[in-house]
Amino acid sequence: MSGYSVSVALTGSGGAGAMTAGQILLDAASKAGFYGLMTRSMGPQIRGGEAAALLRISTKPISSLDDHYDLLVAFDWGNIARFAAELPLAANSLVLTDPEQGEVPEPIAVFGARAAELPMKSIASGIPGGRVNMVGLGAAAVLIGLPLDSILSVLTAQLGRKGEEVLAAATAALRAGAEAAAILPSVTKLGTAPKDGVVRWNISGNEAAGLGALKGGIKFVAAYPITPGTEVLEWLAPALDKTGGALVQAEDELASINMVIGGSFAGIPSATATSGPGLALMTESLGLAVASETPLVVVDVMRGGPSTGIPTKSEQSDLNIAVYGLHGDAPHLVVAPNSISDCLYATQWAVYLAEALQTPAIVLSDQAMGQARALIGKPAESPYVAKRLVAEANIENYKRYALTASGISPMAIPGTPGNNYVADGLEHNERGTPSSQASDHQSQLDKRAHKLDAFDYGDLWADIEGDAEIAVVTWGSATGPVQEALLRAKAKGINAKMISLRLILPIQPAKMAAALKGVKKVLVVEQTHSEQFHKFLRAHYDLPKDVAVISQPGPLPIRPAEIVNRLAAWK
Amino acid sequence: MTVQTPLTHQDFKSDVKPIWCPGCGDFSVLSAVTKALAELGRPREDIAFISGIGCSSRIPAYTKVYGFHGVHGRALAIAAGVKLARPDLTVLAAGGDGDGLSIGGNHFMHACRRNVDMTYIVMDNQVYGMTKGQASPTTAPDWCNSKLTPEGTGISPVEPVRLALAAGANFIARGFAGNPNEVARLILEGINHPGFSLIHVLSPCVTYRPEQRDWKQAVHASDATPAQLIAEAMHRLASDDGFTTGVLFAGNRQAFMPPRRNLATIADLERKFAS
Ligand SMILES: Cc1ncc(C[n+]2csc(CCOP(=O)(O)OP(=O)(O)O)c2C)c(N)n1
Ligand code: SF4
Repeated sequence: MSGYSVSVALTGSGGAGAMTAGQILLDAASKAGFYGLMTRSMGPQIRGGEAAALLRISTKPISSLDDHYDLLVAFDWGNIARFAAELPLAANSLVLTDPEQGEVPEPIAVFGARAAELPMKSIASGIPGGRVNMVGLGAAAVLIGLPLDSILSVLTAQLGRKGEEVLAAATAALRAGAEAAAILPSVTKLGTAPKDGVVRWNISGNEAAGLGALKGGIKFVAAYPITPGTEVLEWLAPALDKTGGALVQAEDELASINMVIGGSFAGIPSATATSGPGLALMTESLGLAVASETPLVVVDVMRGGPSTGIPTKSEQSDLNIAVYGLHGDAPHLVVAPNSISDCLYATQWAVYLAEALQTPAIVLSDQAMGQARALIGKPAESPYVAKRLVAEANIENYKRYALTASGISPMAIPGTPGNNYVADGLEHNERGTPSSQASDHQSQLDKRAHKLDAFDYGDLWADIEGDAEIAVVTWGSATGPVQEALLRAKAKGINAKMISLRLILPIQPAKMAAALKGVKKVLVVEQTHSEQFHKFLRAHYDLPKDVAVISQPGPLPIRPAEIVNRLAAWK
Repeated sequence: MTVQTPLTHQDFKSDVKPIWCPGCGDFSVLSAVTKALAELGRPREDIAFISGIGCSSRIPAYTKVYGFHGVHGRALAIAAGVKLARPDLTVLAAGGDGDGLSIGGNHFMHACRRNVDMTYIVMDNQVYGMTKGQASPTTAPDWCNSKLTPEGTGISPVEPVRLALAAGANFIARGFAGNPNEVARLILEGINHPGFSLIHVLSPCVTYRPEQRDWKQAVHASDATPAQLIAEAMHRLASDDGFTTGVLFAGNRQAFMPPRRNLATIADLERKFAS
């Protein structure tokens, strides 16, 4: 469809190895010099269960899945009805099916794609130790035009230590699949890999967020596991251990957020990662961090909600709790990465902002970015690192919450002689002594609001692309499909500007007004059921009269075509 | 060379006036803490004193060390964070029976088993003082003076020291606010004992439990040497009347502290992403 990419879905029930085949395909694409993206769709089973590896391989960097898959390789049809909706196919797509697994089932057949048979199971059974997924992978590689050598080199690297026999079996199955594919109908093929000399990284959004935290200066993490945020912690645990920091598993999120508050109070940049249910448990103590002016970072990898919701699938519906969830007037930071590489930049920036402003920052990532892997160019170095305004020793009559021009007061770190004070979530005076006086409440509320409002966030508050009378305003993982849609719309002669908000809180009215100057129509694109982002924009920003909204809940991703169609209808 | 005069307990008292009712047991706990810190001899800036919410949890502001008055029930989590992030600091935590055993009960159990090196003072008055007199987890089942439970709770109370022993605390002692010198000694011993130390202090609430003034007749110092084996301590505590003061258990578990290593740079870690 797009002309520079090919999309492949590999599906199968537990044990078929769809995810493994997908990982190998992505690694091989990287070796061959392509860019790419892989997300996964998993069933609720703890182990096994149906799985789909959803890939898009491209000759240039991409940030979104395509509208449909060019090739669907089904190792079997177990539980296909559960995720068929996530596997859209076009008329010229090809479904590769094993005749032993029966007819193409109805939920897939409705797409009206071409189908071809490949007896993957029987081919595999003819090879000692041969596996179905390797046969399918060999066929897929030939069909999309990915050099088999690149897969072989990945196999050698990954299976080499499992011994000659395992490697030989995988290689034989791969080649058998590739040979069998010669007579199959053709599929969209990959173009030539760019020889741009750019070092490729293969990284997930969750790993990127962990790396961003580390590069920002985080040295202490306390956390409680939760899908889909756990991989942030799994990456950080050994990384912190190797670089002089520490990660501690807490008994729950009430403990983890408070341990982080303790770590930060003690002077060590501290963070945690969680998902919606954990963020809900943390909100009381996030208010404590606001009131006591204790910097910290919470990475929330959003999943379908409310309640336990859909733990394994994405949604942007924690926006409201992140923005409005704290009791009292509690100004804080909400930062949203809008791509897998931005999970690194935005998290690193959030550490910098939290530390500079002595307040908590919530980073709103989501499952779609967190658990997706991308082949990206090696990210450039970002200058943002933790730098806290600390108090020198022995300040006479030290006031922890002194009213200053910037609203930021020097923080005395335990161990600093002469400035001992008690941090407090009770309203307090400048010294930190509890106070219920109206004047202290007013001045400390003003201070905490002012320090966020007066800070210069530079250009990073949003990514703005293009200039036109139509603007698409979006955030987070909805940004990828918007970017792709705008490229396609341009090819059709429709110009639109993109405004993707990275800084959700504090709001930036002047910057938004400038960005919307001359804009007559706004299309809001988000992944929630109740238009949380649209309502947030309405509450805080002046939008033109003509506003349309694409807002759908997870787990289905927003497709570029939908956005293009909406823009075309407007014209 | 500057000769430093040792700090006295007065040097550890702040000028903030306590909100406590006259006669409240918590005043004595405050004196005990400042005495213990003076005897410890570390500079004020190297002490962190963490609390939750309640009358008793106000205590850090009345001392002159670094402190954190957090939210209800989470003192132990903040304290653990401080110690884990800054192993060089001496960490104390304090709060009431409601703060530590009701809303913070889960953290209490895990703090005991995690065994981070810190000292936790529970000021037990068997009532919620701050919210004006409701039953707490240590209140007797037939105490009828709360509007919320006019016929008593009908629920068995927990005994903090037994709970701590079962959960794995490494040092357990009980004191009485009426004897601040003994409480000071117990706090100092707790600080000096590695791992998690619980100092359970019977601290009367003269306003909502005036009958607790009689505790001074009930308390009695333990004449046994501190139990070092869990089974022995269990056995003794099974028949304890709840008024025995002194060191009840001194274990030898190693304190929990993740190692700090420098084995790699961030650039080394980044290389793993390159294909
Ligand atoms: C989340 C939350 N729930 C309830 C309260 C109200 N509250 C404040 S202190 C307290 C109980 C205090 O009892 P205890 O910890 O025994 O301390 P004491 O006042 O007796 O010293 C309660 C219920 C609160 N501050 N926060
Ligand atoms: S209410 Fe009870 S616990 Fe609170 S200060 Fe008064 S006497 Fe002390």
